[in-house]
Amino acid sequence: MERLPLKSKVLNENQIIAESLRQRFREHGVLCLNLISSPGSGKTALLERTLASLSPETRVSVLTGDIQTDNDAQRLAKFGFPVQQITTGGTCHLDGRMIEKHLAVWNLDEIDLLFIENVGNLVCPSSYDLGEASKIVLLSVTEGDDKPLKYPSIFFKSDLFLLTKVDLLPYVPFNADVAEANARMVHPGMEIVRASSTVAGGLDAWLAWLKRRMVQARQEALVSAAEITG
Amino acid sequence: MHELSIAESILEAVRKELVSHPGARPVRVGLLIGELAAVDVDSLSFCFEAVLTGTDWEGLQLDARVCRQRRRCNECGNEFGVVDYNATCPACGGDSTKPISGDELDFDYLEVETDGTLATQVQGAE
Repeated sequence: MERLPLKSKVLNENQIIAESLRQRFREHGVLCLNLISSPGSGKTALLERTLASLSPETRVSVLTGDIQTDNDAQRLAKFGFPVQQITTGGTCHLDGRMIEKHLAVWNLDEIDLLFIENVGNLVCPSSYDLGEASKIVLLSVTEGDDKPLKYPSIFFKSDLFLLTKVDLLPYVPFNADVAEANARMVHPGMEIVRASSTVAGGLDAWLAWLKRRMVQARQEALVSAAEITG
Repeated sequence: MHELSIAESILEAVRKELVSHPGARPVRVGLLIGELAAVDVDSLSFCFEAVLTGTDWEGLQLDARVCRQRRRCNECGNEFGVVDYNATCPACGGDSTKPISGDELDFDYLEVETDGTLATQVQGAE
Protein backbone atom coordinates (compact mmCIF):
# COMPACT_ATOMS: atom_id res chain seq x y z
CA MET A 1 0.00 0.00 0.00
CA GLU A 2 1.36 3.39 -0.92
CA ARG A 3 0.02 6.79 -0.05
CA LEU A 4 0.37 9.42 -2.78
CA PRO A 5 0.03 13.03 -1.69
CA LEU A 6 -2.61 14.90 -3.69
CA LYS A 7 -2.40 18.63 -3.35
CA SER A 8 -5.14 20.05 -5.51
CA LYS A 9 -8.66 21.27 -5.17
CA VAL A 10 -11.43 18.77 -5.80
CA LEU A 11 -13.09 21.24 -8.16
CA ASN A 12 -9.76 22.06 -9.78
CA GLU A 13 -11.16 21.97 -13.32
CA ASN A 14 -13.76 24.57 -12.40
CA GLN A 15 -11.17 26.62 -10.53
CA ILE A 16 -8.90 26.81 -13.58
CA ILE A 17 -11.77 28.08 -15.74
CA ALA A 18 -12.86 30.53 -13.04
CA GLU A 19 -9.36 31.99 -12.70
CA SER A 20 -9.13 32.43 -16.45
CA LEU A 21 -12.53 34.17 -16.49
CA ARG A 22 -11.44 36.41 -13.60
CA GLN A 23 -8.30 37.37 -15.48
CA ARG A 24 -10.31 38.21 -18.62
CA PHE A 25 -12.83 40.27 -16.61
CA ARG A 26 -9.97 42.22 -15.04
CA GLU A 27 -8.25 42.88 -18.36
CA HIS A 28 -11.47 44.04 -20.03
CA GLY A 29 -12.63 46.08 -17.05
CA VAL A 30 -15.76 43.99 -16.49
CA LEU A 31 -17.26 44.03 -12.99
CA CYS A 32 -18.79 40.57 -12.62
CA LEU A 33 -21.24 40.00 -9.76
CA ASN A 34 -22.68 36.59 -8.89
CA LEU A 35 -26.14 36.82 -7.26
CA ILE A 36 -27.07 33.90 -5.06
CA SER A 37 -30.15 33.19 -2.94
CA SER A 38 -32.85 30.64 -2.33
CA PRO A 39 -35.70 30.61 -4.89
CA GLY A 40 -38.05 33.54 -4.45
CA SER A 41 -35.77 35.93 -2.57
CA GLY A 42 -36.09 38.50 -5.33
CA LYS A 43 -32.98 38.16 -7.52
CA THR A 44 -34.87 38.74 -10.75
CA ALA A 45 -36.98 41.56 -9.31
CA LEU A 46 -33.82 43.26 -8.04
CA LEU A 47 -32.24 42.96 -11.49
CA GLU A 48 -35.40 44.29 -13.17
CA ARG A 49 -35.45 47.39 -11.01
CA THR A 50 -31.68 47.80 -11.30
CA LEU A 51 -31.73 47.57 -15.11
CA ALA A 52 -34.67 49.99 -15.21
CA SER A 53 -32.67 52.53 -13.24
CA LEU A 54 -29.54 52.37 -15.42
CA SER A 55 -29.08 54.76 -18.32
CA PRO A 56 -29.28 53.12 -21.78
CA GLU A 57 -25.57 53.86 -22.33
CA THR A 58 -24.61 51.66 -19.39
CA ARG A 59 -22.82 48.65 -20.78
CA VAL A 60 -24.47 45.95 -18.68
CA SER A 61 -25.20 42.33 -19.59
CA VAL A 62 -26.96 39.58 -17.70
CA LEU A 63 -26.58 35.80 -17.57
CA THR A 64 -29.48 34.25 -15.73
CA GLY A 65 -29.50 30.63 -14.62
CA ASP A 66 -32.43 28.33 -14.01
CA ILE A 67 -33.04 24.62 -14.09
CA GLN A 68 -35.84 25.06 -16.63
CA THR A 69 -37.60 27.82 -18.64
CA ASP A 70 -36.31 31.10 -20.06
CA ASN A 71 -38.89 33.11 -18.12
CA ASP A 72 -36.27 35.19 -16.32
CA ALA A 73 -34.40 36.07 -19.52
CA GLN A 74 -37.69 37.22 -21.03
CA ARG A 75 -38.42 39.38 -18.00
CA LEU A 76 -34.94 40.93 -18.07
CA ALA A 77 -34.65 41.39 -21.85
CA LYS A 78 -37.44 44.00 -21.75
CA PHE A 79 -34.94 46.60 -20.53
CA GLY A 80 -32.95 46.54 -23.77
CA PHE A 81 -29.66 45.18 -22.43
CA PRO A 82 -28.10 41.91 -23.64
CA VAL A 83 -29.46 38.94 -21.65
CA GLN A 84 -28.88 35.23 -22.00
CA GLN A 85 -30.64 32.42 -20.19
CA ILE A 86 -28.54 29.52 -18.99
CA THR A 87 -30.82 26.50 -18.60
CA THR A 88 -29.01 23.85 -16.60
CA GLY A 89 -31.52 21.07 -17.22
CA GLY A 90 -31.36 19.78 -13.65
CA THR A 91 -28.05 20.98 -12.28
CA CYS A 92 -28.55 22.96 -9.09
CA HIS A 93 -25.81 25.55 -9.71
CA LEU A 94 -23.92 27.33 -12.47
CA ASP A 95 -20.30 26.39 -13.11
CA GLY A 96 -17.40 28.08 -14.83
CA ARG A 97 -17.80 26.17 -18.07
CA MET A 98 -21.41 27.35 -18.51
CA ILE A 99 -20.29 30.97 -18.05
CA GLU A 100 -17.37 30.58 -20.47
CA LYS A 101 -19.62 29.02 -23.11
CA HIS A 102 -22.27 31.74 -22.93
CA LEU A 103 -19.74 34.57 -22.88
CA ALA A 104 -18.26 33.35 -26.17
CA VAL A 105 -20.93 35.22 -28.15
CA TRP A 106 -20.31 38.54 -26.36
CA ASN A 107 -17.41 40.95 -26.74
CA LEU A 108 -16.11 41.66 -23.25
CA ASP A 109 -14.79 45.04 -24.42
CA GLU A 110 -18.42 46.10 -24.75
CA ILE A 111 -19.36 45.13 -21.18
CA ASP A 112 -18.66 47.10 -18.00
CA LEU A 113 -21.02 45.27 -15.69
CA LEU A 114 -21.97 41.60 -15.86
CA PHE A 115 -24.65 40.21 -13.58
CA ILE A 116 -24.84 36.47 -13.13
CA GLU A 117 -28.12 35.41 -11.57
CA ASN A 118 -27.38 31.97 -10.19
CA VAL A 119 -29.87 29.11 -9.88
CA GLY A 120 -32.10 29.68 -6.84
CA ASN A 121 -30.28 27.67 -4.19
CA LEU A 122 -28.54 28.79 -1.02
CA VAL A 123 -26.16 25.82 -0.85
CA CYS A 124 -24.64 24.44 -4.06
CA PRO A 125 -23.75 27.68 -5.93
CA SER A 126 -21.45 28.63 -3.07
CA SER A 127 -19.01 25.84 -4.07
CA TYR A 128 -18.54 27.00 -7.67
CA ASP A 129 -16.32 29.96 -8.42
CA LEU A 130 -17.51 31.69 -11.61
CA GLY A 131 -14.63 34.16 -11.82
CA GLU A 132 -16.81 36.87 -10.28
CA ALA A 133 -15.38 39.89 -8.47
CA SER A 134 -17.90 39.33 -5.70
CA LYS A 135 -20.62 36.97 -4.68
CA ILE A 136 -23.73 38.70 -3.40
CA VAL A 137 -26.14 36.79 -1.18
CA LEU A 138 -29.79 37.84 -1.04
CA LEU A 139 -32.10 36.93 1.81
CA SER A 140 -35.67 38.18 1.95
CA VAL A 141 -37.58 39.09 5.09
CA THR A 142 -40.20 36.43 4.32
CA GLU A 143 -37.54 33.81 5.08
CA GLY A 144 -36.02 33.18 8.52
CA ASP A 145 -33.64 35.57 10.26
CA ASP A 146 -31.51 32.55 11.29
CA LYS A 147 -30.72 31.64 7.65
CA PRO A 148 -27.13 32.96 7.87
CA LEU A 149 -26.45 30.40 10.61
CA LYS A 150 -28.22 27.60 8.76
CA TYR A 151 -26.42 28.28 5.47
CA PRO A 152 -23.11 29.75 6.66
CA SER A 153 -21.07 28.90 3.58
CA ILE A 154 -22.69 31.40 1.25
CA PHE A 155 -22.66 34.18 3.86
CA PHE A 156 -18.99 33.43 4.54
CA LYS A 157 -18.08 33.62 0.86
CA SER A 158 -20.19 36.62 -0.17
CA ASP A 159 -18.90 40.19 -0.03
CA LEU A 160 -22.35 41.71 0.26
CA PHE A 161 -25.53 40.64 2.02
CA LEU A 162 -28.62 42.19 0.44
CA LEU A 163 -31.60 41.98 2.75
CA THR A 164 -34.53 42.16 0.34
CA LYS A 165 -38.27 42.92 0.56
CA VAL A 166 -37.70 45.15 3.60
CA ASP A 167 -40.99 46.94 2.80
CA LEU A 168 -42.67 43.80 4.20
CA LEU A 169 -40.95 44.04 7.60
CA PRO A 170 -44.05 45.42 9.38
CA TYR A 171 -46.03 42.35 8.34
CA VAL A 172 -43.65 39.47 9.06
CA PRO A 173 -42.02 38.11 12.22
CA PHE A 174 -38.52 38.78 10.92
CA ASN A 175 -35.94 40.64 12.96
CA ALA A 176 -33.61 42.41 10.53
CA ASP A 177 -31.10 43.28 13.25
CA VAL A 178 -30.90 39.62 14.29
CA ALA A 179 -30.44 38.51 10.66
CA GLU A 180 -27.63 41.02 10.20
CA ALA A 181 -25.98 40.06 13.49
CA ASN A 182 -26.15 36.39 12.44
CA ALA A 183 -24.54 37.21 9.08
CA ARG A 184 -21.74 39.08 10.83
CA MET A 185 -21.16 36.14 13.18
CA VAL A 186 -20.44 33.97 10.18
CA HIS A 187 -18.65 36.75 8.29
CA PRO A 188 -17.31 39.46 10.59
CA GLY A 189 -17.32 42.89 8.96
CA MET A 190 -19.61 41.77 6.13
CA GLU A 191 -21.15 44.58 4.08
CA ILE A 192 -24.94 44.63 4.43
CA VAL A 193 -27.48 46.62 2.45
CA ARG A 194 -31.26 46.66 2.97
CA ALA A 195 -33.33 46.79 -0.19
CA SER A 196 -36.85 46.87 -1.51
CA SER A 197 -37.61 46.43 -5.19
CA THR A 198 -41.18 47.70 -4.86
CA VAL A 199 -41.01 51.05 -3.05
CA ALA A 200 -39.56 54.32 -4.32
CA GLY A 201 -35.97 54.77 -3.23
CA GLY A 202 -35.84 51.18 -1.98
CA LEU A 203 -32.74 50.43 -4.01
CA ASP A 204 -30.79 53.65 -3.37
CA ALA A 205 -28.25 52.04 -1.03
CA TRP A 206 -27.78 49.07 -3.38
CA LEU A 207 -27.30 51.33 -6.41
CA ALA A 208 -24.75 53.41 -4.48
CA TRP A 209 -22.85 50.22 -3.62
CA LEU A 210 -23.00 49.16 -7.27
CA LYS A 211 -21.74 52.53 -8.50
CA ARG A 212 -18.83 52.44 -6.07
CA ARG A 213 -17.82 48.98 -7.22
CA MET A 214 -18.06 49.98 -10.90
CA VAL A 215 -15.75 52.94 -10.34
CA GLN A 216 -13.34 50.67 -8.48
CA ALA A 217 -13.40 48.08 -11.32
CA ARG A 218 -12.66 50.80 -13.88
CA GLN A 219 -9.67 51.97 -11.87
CA GLU A 220 -8.38 48.39 -11.57
CA ALA A 221 -8.74 47.93 -15.34
CA LEU A 222 -6.63 51.06 -15.94
CA VAL A 223 -3.94 49.73 -13.60
CA SER A 224 -4.11 46.33 -15.33
CA ALA A 225 -3.81 47.97 -18.79
CA ALA A 226 -0.84 50.04 -17.61
CA GLU A 227 0.86 46.86 -16.38
CA ILE A 228 0.31 45.12 -19.71
CA THR A 229 1.70 48.00 -21.78
CA GLY A 230 4.53 48.30 -19.28
CA MET B 1 -27.37 18.04 -4.46
CA HIS B 2 -24.08 19.23 -5.91
CA GLU B 3 -22.41 16.33 -4.06
CA LEU B 4 -23.01 14.22 -7.17
CA SER B 5 -21.00 16.65 -9.34
CA ILE B 6 -18.31 16.69 -6.66
CA ALA B 7 -18.22 12.86 -6.53
CA GLU B 8 -17.73 12.80 -10.32
CA SER B 9 -14.91 15.35 -10.02
CA ILE B 10 -13.19 13.14 -7.42
CA LEU B 11 -13.39 10.11 -9.68
CA GLU B 12 -12.04 12.10 -12.61
CA ALA B 13 -9.10 13.39 -10.55
CA VAL B 14 -8.27 9.84 -9.36
CA ARG B 15 -8.37 8.65 -12.96
CA LYS B 16 -5.98 11.43 -14.02
CA GLU B 17 -3.62 10.80 -11.13
CA LEU B 18 -3.38 7.11 -11.95
CA VAL B 19 -2.22 7.83 -15.50
CA SER B 20 1.22 8.51 -14.06
CA HIS B 21 1.06 5.38 -11.86
CA PRO B 22 0.38 2.45 -14.19
CA GLY B 23 -0.65 -0.76 -12.43
CA ALA B 24 -1.68 1.00 -9.24
CA ARG B 25 -5.14 0.22 -7.87
CA PRO B 26 -6.82 2.98 -5.83
CA VAL B 27 -7.94 1.93 -2.35
CA ARG B 28 -8.76 5.12 -0.50
CA VAL B 29 -8.95 8.79 -1.38
CA GLY B 30 -8.48 11.39 1.35
CA LEU B 31 -10.26 14.75 1.30
CA LEU B 32 -10.14 17.85 3.47
CA ILE B 33 -13.52 19.55 3.69
CA GLY B 34 -13.92 22.86 5.48
CA GLU B 35 -16.93 23.28 7.75
CA LEU B 36 -17.92 26.24 5.54
CA ALA B 37 -17.55 24.38 2.24
CA ALA B 38 -21.28 23.61 2.00
CA VAL B 39 -20.56 19.94 1.36
CA ASP B 40 -22.41 17.25 3.24
CA VAL B 41 -20.05 14.36 3.92
CA ASP B 42 -22.76 11.69 4.21
CA SER B 43 -24.36 12.81 1.00
CA LEU B 44 -20.96 12.91 -0.72
CA SER B 45 -20.14 9.36 0.43
CA PHE B 46 -23.50 8.17 -0.86
CA CYS B 47 -22.96 9.85 -4.24
CA PHE B 48 -19.39 8.57 -4.44
CA GLU B 49 -20.60 4.99 -3.99
CA ALA B 50 -23.19 5.61 -6.67
CA VAL B 51 -20.70 6.89 -9.25
CA LEU B 52 -18.40 3.92 -8.54
CA THR B 53 -21.13 1.38 -9.25
CA GLY B 54 -20.31 -0.62 -12.36
CA THR B 55 -16.73 0.65 -12.54
CA ASP B 56 -13.54 -1.31 -11.81
CA TRP B 57 -13.13 0.67 -8.62
CA GLU B 58 -16.18 -0.39 -6.64
CA GLY B 59 -15.23 -0.36 -2.97
CA LEU B 60 -12.85 2.61 -3.31
CA GLN B 61 -13.06 4.30 0.09
CA LEU B 62 -13.60 7.97 0.75
CA ASP B 63 -11.88 9.43 3.80
CA ALA B 64 -13.33 12.92 4.23
CA ARG B 65 -11.94 14.94 7.13
CA VAL B 66 -13.98 17.98 8.12
CA CYS B 67 -11.79 20.95 9.08
CA ARG B 68 -12.77 23.76 11.36
CA GLN B 69 -12.50 27.37 10.23
CA ARG B 70 -9.17 28.99 11.13
CA ARG B 71 -8.50 32.72 11.41
CA ARG B 72 -5.45 34.92 11.87
CA CYS B 73 -5.45 37.92 14.16
CA ASN B 74 -4.51 41.15 12.36
CA GLU B 75 -3.18 42.58 15.61
CA CYS B 76 -1.05 39.86 17.22
CA GLY B 77 -0.73 37.36 14.34
CA ASN B 78 -2.14 34.48 16.40
CA GLU B 79 -3.80 31.70 14.37
CA PHE B 80 -6.76 29.96 15.96
CA GLY B 81 -9.59 27.53 15.31
CA VAL B 82 -13.04 29.14 15.42
CA VAL B 83 -15.60 27.67 17.82
CA ASP B 84 -19.26 28.68 17.55
CA TYR B 85 -18.44 31.44 15.05
CA ASN B 86 -16.50 33.34 17.67
CA ALA B 87 -14.05 35.25 15.49
CA THR B 88 -12.40 37.15 18.36
CA CYS B 89 -8.73 36.36 18.90
CA PRO B 90 -8.44 34.17 22.03
CA ALA B 91 -4.88 35.39 22.64
CA CYS B 92 -5.25 39.20 22.62
CA GLY B 93 -9.01 39.72 22.41
CA GLY B 94 -8.64 41.57 19.08
CA ASP B 95 -11.73 41.85 16.88
CA SER B 96 -9.84 42.28 13.63
CA THR B 97 -9.20 38.77 12.35
CA LYS B 98 -9.32 37.28 8.88
CA PRO B 99 -10.14 33.77 7.68
CA ILE B 100 -7.26 31.57 6.52
CA SER B 101 -9.20 28.35 5.99
CA GLY B 102 -12.59 26.75 6.54
CA ASP B 103 -14.11 26.63 3.06
CA GLU B 104 -11.61 24.24 1.49
CA LEU B 105 -12.63 21.29 -0.64
CA ASP B 106 -9.21 19.77 -1.25
CA PHE B 107 -7.61 16.44 -1.96
CA ASP B 108 -5.26 15.18 0.72
CA TYR B 109 -3.98 11.83 -0.50
CA LEU B 110 -4.64 8.80 -2.66
CA GLU B 111 -3.85 5.38 -1.23
CA VAL B 112 -3.05 2.75 -3.85
CA GLU B 113 -2.13 -0.91 -3.99
CA THR B 114 0.67 -1.81 -6.32
CA ASP B 115 2.24 -5.07 -7.43
CA GLY B 116 5.70 -3.70 -6.91
CA THR B 117 7.08 -0.28 -6.38
CA LEU B 118 5.43 2.62 -8.14
CA ALA B 119 6.57 2.82 -11.73
CA THR B 120 7.02 6.56 -11.68
CA GLN B 121 7.90 9.20 -9.21
CA VAL B 122 5.07 10.41 -6.98
CA GLN B 123 3.50 13.53 -8.37
CA GLY B 124 0.69 15.85 -7.38
CA ALA B 125 -2.52 15.81 -9.41
CA GLU B 126 -1.70 19.07 -11.14
